[in-house]
Amino acid sequence: MYKTFNEIKAALEKGRSVQDILQSYLENIKERKDLNAFLEVFENSAKEQAIAVDEKIKNGTAGRLAGMVIGIKDNLCYKGHKVSAASKILEGFESIYTSTVVERLIAEDAIIIGRLNCDEFAMGASNENSAYGPVRNALNEDYVPGGSSGGTASAVAAQLCTVALGSDTGGSIRQPASFTGTIGLKPTYGRVSRYGLIAYASSFDQIGPIANNVEDIALVTEIIAGGDEFDGTASSKEVPSLTPTPLKQKMKIAYIKETLDTDGVDPEIKERIEQLVNCLRADGHELIPVSFAYIEQMVPTYYVLTTAEASSNLSRFDGVHFGYRSNEAKGVEETYIKSRTEGFGDEVKRRIMAGTFVLSQGYYDAYYTKAQKVRRLIQDRTNEILAQNDFILLPTTPSTAFELNSVKDPIQMYLQDIYTVQANLAGNPAISLPIGKHSNGLPFGLQLIGKHFGEKELLDTSAYLMDFC
Amino acid sequence: MEIKDELIDHIAHLARLSFKGEDKAGIKNDMNNIIDFMGKLNEINTDNVEPLVFMSDQINVLREDVPKQTITHEEALKNAPKKDSDYFRIPKVLDKTID
Repeated sequence: MYKTFNEIKAALEKGRSVQDILQSYLENIKERKDLNAFLEVFENSAKEQAIAVDEKIKNGTAGRLAGMVIGIKDNLCYKGHKVSAASKILEGFESIYTSTVVERLIAEDAIIIGRLNCDEFAMGASNENSAYGPVRNALNEDYVPGGSSGGTASAVAAQLCTVALGSDTGGSIRQPASFTGTIGLKPTYGRVSRYGLIAYASSFDQIGPIANNVEDIALVTEIIAGGDEFDGTASSKEVPSLTPTPLKQKMKIAYIKETLDTDGVDPEIKERIEQLVNCLRADGHELIPVSFAYIEQMVPTYYVLTTAEASSNLSRFDGVHFGYRSNEAKGVEETYIKSRTEGFGDEVKRRIMAGTFVLSQGYYDAYYTKAQKVRRLIQDRTNEILAQNDFILLPTTPSTAFELNSVKDPIQMYLQDIYTVQANLAGNPAISLPIGKHSNGLPFGLQLIGKHFGEKELLDTSAYLMDFC
Repeated sequence: MEIKDELIDHIAHLARLSFKGEDKAGIKNDMNNIIDFMGKLNEINTDNVEPLVFMSDQINVLREDVPKQTITHEEALKNAPKKDSDYFRIPKVLDKTID
């Protein structure tokens, strides 16, 4: 079992081959098949890659990720491999190009081991919306792993790969990380190219890693980040070295009172965070309680805007150019309607309907424009807090993982994201760090939100906190 | 606001989706709840607030317009449910038998 890249590098030093390491992960995947974390293991291409990387190591030409084995969420394209967004509508679809993130990982000699289950089109908070069955939490199989990057989180927690990529539109990396005791980073909007990511909500989506330590998060983020000629929203700002280094000075951290002074948060999570706040104070850091007036409007704002963007992005699934086509349809109009109605799952259809509604004539200003205005207020307030503080600290999730099939009401499920959507609405980087274990045996995360493009400071502080806690 | 059947039909048509019977009752109920939930935004005063439209501060990302082939004709047709050597194919409009 290899939990971190350091363990792999130590094994390589002792003469193990990349092929051996890959084999050990492949065996773990077979043993934990019940998790339903992988939709497909790319056994052949991964083995071919491992042989090539072993050769490069022998010749001294290997890249920085030689020996690292990476799983990718099933919404990232990898040429010649299937990708489905865990939807029936893309069953059988094979990528005709490779996403920028996967391209960059391979260029540094990472092995891509397979594609990971998720909520259909990344829409969900429990990974129960996959057309290919739910993912189970690696720590307790009766519980959900969170979503939508549930396969990503469960695979890393069960050590089925060293690091895995997810995508985060409203918490889809951080919430599953919190539920599985792993670390998950959503980079700044624009830090990582979205080229080759199947779009959900384009002004929110970011690709990021889940891993078992901060060093692996830092290394993978550094490699996937940076400008890209194929994504005009990817920032050309230079990517600094992200390797965590010791803090140079004491920090100023804001914590949002409303996220703790509420019945909505589990008392044990609240207690642990308050304890941490006190410990950090004792260590000389400034911890400042702040107020955030829009907590209750966060999730509604998020849903207006993301469903609108999703309804537009998902209009490309028409049963004509690629993907599923209904057998019953005659003519082009029926082909669209029947293929989409049969091909999309319930939650996806719900969001397409909500998004079409908020964009439709007569409702556009009252919902869509209104939400864009509230988004500005949320971003302004977030910027204001971060102008005076280095970070914002809050719980990642109000509770620990819940049992499969236990949350049935869509709105209740949407509220899972209450503490994570802020970073997506405002575009900031945010990380979830495993800081505690509940008396129910399940882990939970602490979330830190950083300044735009402040990944380096965020990761330095994360490394400090992981040692500190 | 109350969501009526006609509105569900109109939105479903715009989205090229179809809901019948139980599914229609289900989506109507869900839309009622979701739109009600979205209504929470009205609790916030947004007078004189400009909508936030662009998340990136990148302005005018320009590049030379260089012609190049990124995918081939064959690749573009590769995942089509039905095609011939040149075109995507759709089922005939008037054909009574299933295409």
